[in-house]
Order: sequence, then C-alpha cells, then structure tokens
Amino acid sequence: MPPSPLLRRKADAPSMGLRAQAIAASSAPLVRRQRRAWLTRDGLSTLVFLLPLLLIFGLFSWFPIIRSVVMSVQVTNLVSTPRFVGLDNFANVLADPLFGKAVANTAYFALLALIIGFPIPLVLAVIMSEVRRFKGIYSALAYLPVVIPPVVSVLLWRFFFDPRAAGVFNTILGWVGLGPLPWLQDSGWAMPSIVLEATWAAAGGTVIIYLAALLSVPSELYDAADVDGATIWQKIRYVTLPHLRAVLLITLILQLIATAQLFTEPFLFTGGGPANATITVLLLIYHYAFQNSLGGDYGMAAALSVMLAVFLGVFTAGYLWLTRSWSTTS
Amino acid sequence: MAVMTHRGLRALALAASAIVVVSACSAATTTTAPTSAASAAPAATSEPSAAAHKPVTITVASLRPGSTQDAFDAFNLQTSQFEAKYPWITVNGQEYNWTAPDFTAALAAGTLPDVYTIPFTDGKGLIQQGQLVNIDARVRALPYASKFNPNVLVNGQDATGKIFAVPIQAYAMSLTYNRTLFTQAGLDPTKPPTTWDEIEADAKIISTKDNVAGFSQMATQNTGGWQLTTLTYALGGRMESTDANGKTTATVNNPQTKAALQMLQKMRWTDGSMGSTFDYNWGSMNQGYASGQVGMFVGGSDLYTTLIQNDNLTPADYGITTIPLASDPNAGVLGGGTLAAVNVNTTEDQRDAAVDWIDFYYMNKLNTQAGAVADAQALVANKQPVGVPSLPIFDKATYDQSQQWIKDLINVPTDQMTPFTSGIFQQPLVNEPRVNTQDLYAALDPVVQAVLTDKNADIDALLNAANTTVQAIIDKG
Repeated sequence: MPPSPLLRRKADAPSMGLRAQAIAASSAPLVRRQRRAWLTRDGLSTLVFLLPLLLIFGLFSWFPIIRSVVMSVQVTNLVSTPRFVGLDNFANVLADPLFGKAVANTAYFALLALIIGFPIPLVLAVIMSEVRRFKGIYSALAYLPVVIPPVVSVLLWRFFFDPRAAGVFNTILGWVGLGPLPWLQDSGWAMPSIVLEATWAAAGGTVIIYLAALLSVPSELYDAADVDGATIWQKIRYVTLPHLRAVLLITLILQLIATAQLFTEPFLFTGGGPANATITVLLLIYHYAFQNSLGGDYGMAAALSVMLAVFLGVFTAGYLWLTRSWSTTS
Repeated sequence: MAVMTHRGLRALALAASAIVVVSACSAATTTTAPTSAASAAPAATSEPSAAAHKPVTITVASLRPGSTQDAFDAFNLQTSQFEAKYPWITVNGQEYNWTAPDFTAALAAGTLPDVYTIPFTDGKGLIQQGQLVNIDARVRALPYASKFNPNVLVNGQDATGKIFAVPIQAYAMSLTYNRTLFTQAGLDPTKPPTTWDEIEADAKIISTKDNVAGFSQMATQNTGGWQLTTLTYALGGRMESTDANGKTTATVNNPQTKAALQMLQKMRWTDGSMGSTFDYNWGSMNQGYASGQVGMFVGGSDLYTTLIQNDNLTPADYGITTIPLASDPNAGVLGGGTLAAVNVNTTEDQRDAAVDWIDFYYMNKLNTQAGAVADAQALVANKQPVGVPSLPIFDKATYDQSQQWIKDLINVPTDQMTPFTSGIFQQPLVNEPRVNTQDLYAALDPVVQAVLTDKNADIDALLNAANTTVQAIIDKG
C-alpha cells in the first residue's frame, strides 16, 4: 500500500530547499485538503487505535526505562534530593563483592537450567507427538504448572522441600533408601533445588511450542526416511531436529534471557541464601533497592539494571548474528 | 541483514524489560519536607470540643495482616471509643507489618498510613532524612511528657532533643521456650536454663527425645544479624564503637561474636540439636515455635500477643525466661522497641489528630488508670492477651502502677512468665547498634547462615569480611 500524501510530504520535508518551501507556501490550500483527506480516510482511526498503545507503553515501559537510566547516574533513595554522581554507581556495583557472586550464581543457574530445563521439554514433546490417544489430556497436564501462579508453586514446593526426614521428597527418597536431603537449607543443594522447581514450572509452555512445531513436520518426510531404512534416532537427527531448528534457537535465547532475570524463585525460596548461595543479579538489584528500611540505594539498583539490560542486548544480538546461518528464516 | 536488524531490535526490547522492574517502583515517588517546629501546634486538650474543630480523617496502622477477627474486633472497639471522644476525627485502620523491604517500598511510594510504627533502630535515620514530622510541641503538651524514660525517648529525638516519634513499646530479648516440649523431654519447665551451657544441654535433650529442634536461630531478613547481636551482647561484646569525635567503627569481628557463632556451630554440627530448618525469619520462627517445632529460641519479651493473634499458640506451651549473661562486666541484654510516627504527607489538622490517636491508643493505657482499664477491657472482651511483659516506657514505678490497675483483667499465664519478669529488671539493658543498624544486621545474616549450613565455615574469615562490609557502609554515610 502506498504511503498517504501527508506521510509523503513529511518524508520530503527535510530535503526541501527555499524554492520548494515557496512552492509549499503557495499551495497551502492543497496541503489542507490533503490533510483533511488523510483524516477522513484511515489516518484518524489509525491514530486513535495507536494512542492507547503509545500511552500505555510510554507510561509503563519507556518512561521507567528512561528514568532508570537517569537514576543510574544519581545517588537517590527516592526520599532525599537526587545528586548526580556520574558513573560512580557503576563503579560501586563492580566493586561490590556480592556482584561477582551474583553473576556466578546466575550463570550457574543458567547452566543447570540449560542442562536440565532445555532438553526435558524437547524429549517430552517428542514422546507426546508419538502418542496416539488422549493427546489433549497430556498436553493439558504438561501445561498445567504454567497456569499455577509462581508464588503458589513456590509455596507448594517449599512444602515438598521440607528438609526433615518426614518431608514429601525426603519420604519418597527414603522409600529407595536415599536421603534425607537438606534441599534449600544447604549451600550446595539450594540452587539445584530451585532449578528443579523452575523447570517444572516452565517446561509446559515450551513443550506446547515444540509439539506444535513437531506436528508441522510433513509426515511424507518420515515415510521417505522409513523407505530409506532410517532408524528412529536417524529420523530425529535428520528430519525432526532440522525442522525444529528455528524454534530451538528462539526458545534457547528466551530461556537464557529468562535465566538472567531469575528473581521470583530465589526471592521466595531462599532470599538469596544460604550464605548468598542463591543470590542472583536481579535479587542483588532488589537488595540494593529495598534491603535498607531507611530507603534503598536506587542509584546502584538502577545501574546494575542498566548493566544487565545492556549485557542481554549485546548477548542477544551476538547470539543471533553467530547463529544466523542456522536459522531457517534468515 | 534486514531480518537480523529487526530481530536484534526485538531482542534488545526484550532485554530492556529487565530494567523496568526496579524503575517502575520509582514512578510514584513522593518527597515532602518535614514540618518546622514553629508550625506545630499543641493537640491535646483535657476536654475536646467538636465545635472548635474541622472534621478530619486519618489512616492509622492497625494490626498485622492475618490477625484474628477477635483482634480486629478489639481494634475496632478502640477506634469507636476514640471517635466518640474526638467526634471530629474519623479513623481508618490499615493493616501494617514492619519489615525492612516493605517499609522501604511504602516509604518511597508514599503509601504509609498517617500514623505508623517503626523500630527504635530507624528513628534517627528517618529524622535525618526528613521523613518524620516534628511533633515536639504537640507531644510536650501532653501531661506525661516529662515522665518519659530519657534512654527510651532518645530513639525518637533529633540531635537537639526535638521529638519526632513517640516510644510506645519497649522490649528486652528473652529466651522463649516450649513448656510442653520441655515436659515431654523430661525437663522441668519451671526451671528453664540459666546458662548457655544449660541451653546447649537442654537443646540436645529436646532434639533427641522430642525429635524437633532443641534450639533454633533466625537467619534471614536481617534477623540473623539481630539475633547474633543479642548473643554478642549477652557475652559482653559490641558490634560498633564510637570515639570521642563521633567516628563509628565496626567491631563485628569481636571475640564475643566469634564465641557466639562457635556455640551455634557446636549445637548445629556436633550436638545436632538445631533441627533441619535454618532459614527462619521473625514470622516463620514464630510459626515454627507455635506449631511445636522449636524447643527454644531467642525472641522479644513481647511476642506472646503476636503468637496468639497470628500463630494460634497454645497458651500452655508458652514459657519465657531471661537470656543468660556472661560474667563479663559489659554483658547485657539487647533492648529495643517501637516508635509511633506521623507521616509527612499530612495536614496540620491530621497531625493534631495523629497525636491524639497516639495519645489515646498507645499512651493512655501506660499512664492513666482509665486508659489502662479501658484498653484492657476492650482486649478482654475480644479474647485478646492482657498483661504481656514489656519494659517501662516511663519509669519503673509508673509501669508497676499500670500493671496494678489492670491486675484483675490480666489473662495471660503470668506464672509461665515469672522466670523472665522476676529477673529482667536486674539485667543491664543495651541499645541496638546506633549507626546503619539494619545494614549491619543484613551483613551478618550470611555469616549466621554459613555457620548453620556449612560444616567447614571459617568463622574468622566470615566475620572479617562482614566487618569490612559494615565499615564500608558506615564510611559511606
């Protein structure tokens, strides 16, 4: 569809010379007619439909983002008058011993989530795609944890993670002669415990995505592979996975971004403990902002938020650039 | 390439959402300057007259979320009594529970009630930040203003002695124990431990015989540091020192703190008497104790009310005694308390009404017979505890007198509290660390957690690291 006359006029405006401006001035009635025509056609309705979106995004996304960037170069507790400090907040964050710990913990979570949380939904989806009966029920069951509010999930799993021998998981382990495990009460076990719950809570959504992608693979390809005498593993390797490539890339990057922003689970399960074993970057941001009841250090919190956003942006761009040849849509 | 650019932008947009969380909280910021003393008018009058006042509405902190309906009924009864006495004032209760993160967020967002409470530890800091209203003239107009215990009142005063917040409750740390678990373990609940060695021994017996934690320790949400400071004081140590020039030095790596952690380490790893839960905070410890999972813990002397209102405590389980003090001449019991303050986002009329509320709801019961009896009757009528041990806000004689006024209405098991009430007034009280108190507590939480969850925790290294952290915070100001 060609752009509207008004849009064309705006696009041309910066390159107009004096002569063109003179022509434009002499043709003012024409411009007014064109503007009226734009309004009476689809221009006004476009603007009306766009306005709520602009307002909502502006108010709740763009303004806070800009304000965060401003706060990152200020000392402010939102109570006293803010003071400009340049890059001091960034330097203070980098000098904080907890910063390295938080980054390492977040990376550790991402690694565990990648090892445990990435393949499990894929395996589940492959199995479910082979199921002939009650497929809908299995899909619903797989997706059920996703619709449970995270706080409810965490409270439920806190109950499961009861470190006493009579705890739910420890009782089950006891049936096979294992445990009891300390779960959240031990520095070594706390993070894997959180990954377990997070995987359970999030796998359903990914399973549904994989399942949809799997079902879109033409069955003729499997038939042809059968004719060629391919084994089940060869069919997965040479038919299924290539078709899932784009979906896998996107889910992987989304998972990495999500793990970098891990907050709810460690906040509710452990508060970052024991002994900072589960403090993550986002939890550190929270601590900067809210740990001190006299008003937090929102400048440092904003600085670390900006650092995280920049890192994720660069990481994502780099990842997509490096893997552009793998994607089926590039 | 176009596809790549589009994708990159989309990914960047996703990533940018990371910074929205914190910054969104900042949008509703309210900063208001404190009111000067000159503009503060006296509020209390002996015979309030509705005709002389404009109608005014205030929001006041009521009870903790989750309190029983009986507790809310008692509060509502007292509210209606107040409104009958001050017919031009309308009071709206707002559920309120002070925790550091909640308070910070509410303070920044300007959503605190008009009258709210804070711990002693926050008084000075909030005054310096201009977040408390100067109510000096209003409070000094009250008939009992000169009777405040100066050591208690100082928590709500600025450097020049102006009153910005009123102490309404003071407590001493105590050893709270479960009498039923003591009995089941073959211990005599009328003879609780009087030394730390006895605490260790009893904890071991309880954990063995009752299969629950003999002794538990809070460790999260700044309570680990608070509890460790209590143990340190009991052994004679201090967490901060201030020289003649006013310079404060962190001393959290003192020998007494180390000894306290070694004691916890022994109970946890050698005796195995601390159970399996090591992430208790104030609320979850109360729940654990009330549900019979904790034999002993260190808590405030005023916990009984909360345990009844929020945690369904069986009264017969409750036992409380004084914390054992070492022979060190500096050994003392940590004392703290609560201040009532007025929100800076209030009008002059609301500030008058706020002080009237503080006077009526918090103070009358402490220093007038009519107030004490009316308060106790309202509580008794709604099955709420009356007679929970606390420390004097005024002098000891006034405290004893107030207890005498309500002696026929006391409904708490006072005989179960005798080990505490008979000994606490002989123990020297030590205030909480004055400078960056909550930061200091927060820095010590991971130390306590490490000792309780890592068998090989290096106490010296942990304390030295924490000391460096605290000193850096103090130096930052």
